[in-house]
Amino acid sequence: MLSIKNLQASVDDKEILKGLNLEVKAGEVHAIMGPNGSGKSTLASVLAGKEAYEVTGGEVRLDNKDLLELSPEDRAREGLFLAFQYPVEIPGVSNINFLKTAVNEIRAYKGLAPMEAKEFLKLVKEKQKLVEFDAKLANRSLNEGFSGGEKKRNEIFQLAMLEPKLAILDETDSGLDIDALRIVANGVNHLRSENNAFIVITHYQRLLDYIVPDFVHVLYKGKIVKSGTKELALELEEKGYDWLKESVDAEENAAI
Amino acid sequence: MITQVSSSLYHQLVTFFEERLTLKGYQEPQVSLRKEAFARFKDWGFPTLKAEDWKYTNLQPLINQHYLLNDAIPGKNVDTSQAIIKGLDAYRLILVNGRYRKDLSDVITEPGIFVSAIEDVANNELFAAHFAKYADKTDNPLVALNTALHEGGLYIHIGQNIALKKSIQIIHVASSSEAIFNQTRNLFVLDPNAEAEIIESFIANGSTISLNNTVSELVLNENAHLQHYYLQTSGEKSRYLNHTEVKQAKHSLYNNYNCSFPGSSFVRNNINVRLDDTSVESHLYGVTLTAKDQLVDNHTIVDHRMPHCESYEWYKNIAQDTSTAVFNGKIFVQPDAQKTNAFQQNNNMLIGDKASILTKPQLEIFADDVKCSHGCTMGQFDDEALFYLKARGIGEASARVLLVHAFAFDVTEKFSNDNVRAYVDHLIEQGLIIE
Repeated sequence: MLSIKNLQASVDDKEILKGLNLEVKAGEVHAIMGPNGSGKSTLASVLAGKEAYEVTGGEVRLDNKDLLELSPEDRAREGLFLAFQYPVEIPGVSNINFLKTAVNEIRAYKGLAPMEAKEFLKLVKEKQKLVEFDAKLANRSLNEGFSGGEKKRNEIFQLAMLEPKLAILDETDSGLDIDALRIVANGVNHLRSENNAFIVITHYQRLLDYIVPDFVHVLYKGKIVKSGTKELALELEEKGYDWLKESVDAEENAAI
Repeated sequence: MITQVSSSLYHQLVTFFEERLTLKGYQEPQVSLRKEAFARFKDWGFPTLKAEDWKYTNLQPLINQHYLLNDAIPGKNVDTSQAIIKGLDAYRLILVNGRYRKDLSDVITEPGIFVSAIEDVANNELFAAHFAKYADKTDNPLVALNTALHEGGLYIHIGQNIALKKSIQIIHVASSSEAIFNQTRNLFVLDPNAEAEIIESFIANGSTISLNNTVSELVLNENAHLQHYYLQTSGEKSRYLNHTEVKQAKHSLYNNYNCSFPGSSFVRNNINVRLDDTSVESHLYGVTLTAKDQLVDNHTIVDHRMPHCESYEWYKNIAQDTSTAVFNGKIFVQPDAQKTNAFQQNNNMLIGDKASILTKPQLEIFADDVKCSHGCTMGQFDDEALFYLKARGIGEASARVLLVHAFAFDVTEKFSNDNVRAYVDHLIEQGLIIE
């Protein structure tokens, strides 16, 4: 579904991603872990098409479409979804109106007629229930005055509404208490299917107890330096990143 | 001192005045009123950039030409479809070049309301008691000119305890085959406990130049409630000078919603509210969206003269292209106006590299036990918010519309009429330029 080859990207002329490779197939959940500043959030932003990031090399294909050629909105319409680490507050835009606009613009892109109001509201109700999102929040301004946990839950609610092919969760667990974490994870688990895939970016193994990944990758200095199964996450939790850093740094030094 | 710069219109008016006064056969007190007013106008001349209140708003290009001073085809048909507001059930009153056209207007059958062309009520006692008693106390030369030479307009009187079931929509149409100078004069009087909603739309038929100098005086007696909308949707070549003077008595409520959209190249609104009694409430809301080389200038005065009154003002400007939006909000709290609660907020959004917004909140407080606050912001599109919307599949155009609607929302959510709100939201959407 997603194929990233030798991806290089920089921000303000500083190279952050230095040749990243990743293959994600439908039905899979990949976790990306790594120390601070390794490039995890940059990867998420580059895939979503944030302007400040400049892609300097490599390619990304989503179901064989050149993702890097597309505008952020077309990437979303092709089925890419980024759950933001810091969701933006937009006072005056109602959550529901925002979602209706998003759903219908995606439908229009696919040549479908706008969704009937009744059908849309039915969908809202159904998805709210699925991800345990408070109906009161859905009717408020987009993220305005939401707590950190409520914002993250709103991201998952949007994810449920838009039914993307590939969802990237960028540190969705940060700032969540145990209950909120469970709710968010349950939401994601309900949405997992044969036809979609998830990339879960996280610092902590804790989230992976709830969203069990098929693969775990360690990102360091803009590259994936180790891949494994869910057991790798447990090993990292226990040993930290230093042993990995040392071996990568040693290799680098040897190369010089 | 006369600082009159050479102006064709000024000289044209000076000649026209004497001739008109004789021709029309006005009676007293009209003759004296008009003469005194014209003397004031002659003394002051048209405002120039040297006047503080006009420093951003140059009248010279507008008055430096000849105009037709009265309608050559007074009975003509007009197209008012542009002013139609979807879903709004209102009595429509049509004014063409400032003249009330009863033949084109709806008949109001509800009891307790009197509507007339202003030229037909000179002998009406109530009219005479209020006419030219308020706006003429200001130093606006355009009011003096209007008092001296207005020829048309509306007088509306709503009787005691009358709450109108339907809104009144006044449609001001500018329509001429030659450049025309229209002077419209309105007086609306609401008796105690009267309630009404008046929606004024400004449109043009054709693209001939018009300069429209309108003065409206509004009197709200005890516990009267008025919702008052201005919807400026006219064409590029129609220019507007509007002066609104509101006098409020005890427990009255006046809400003004002043909305301007891309079109008319020159709009100057003066909206002055005089809180002339205790326990008065006034709200002034504004949304201005400008484009091309438009100038929209809103000057407001909230004059707290008595204790225990409340005023609330919120203006939003969005300037695009090479356009200019001006906001000047004066709040006076006079020595007697203790326990005043006055709020003012002005938020601005600059879209387009060459647009400008000039804003001046101005508070003058002479009482010591009052609560006054004001704020002013200047901003652009929030790139983070735009990206967030796009990341959900929303395209540039829709994302911008959502954000501008959101920006205007603080004001549009206050609208008393849902149909007008939807109409205004639609006009904002239409008026936004998406590169």
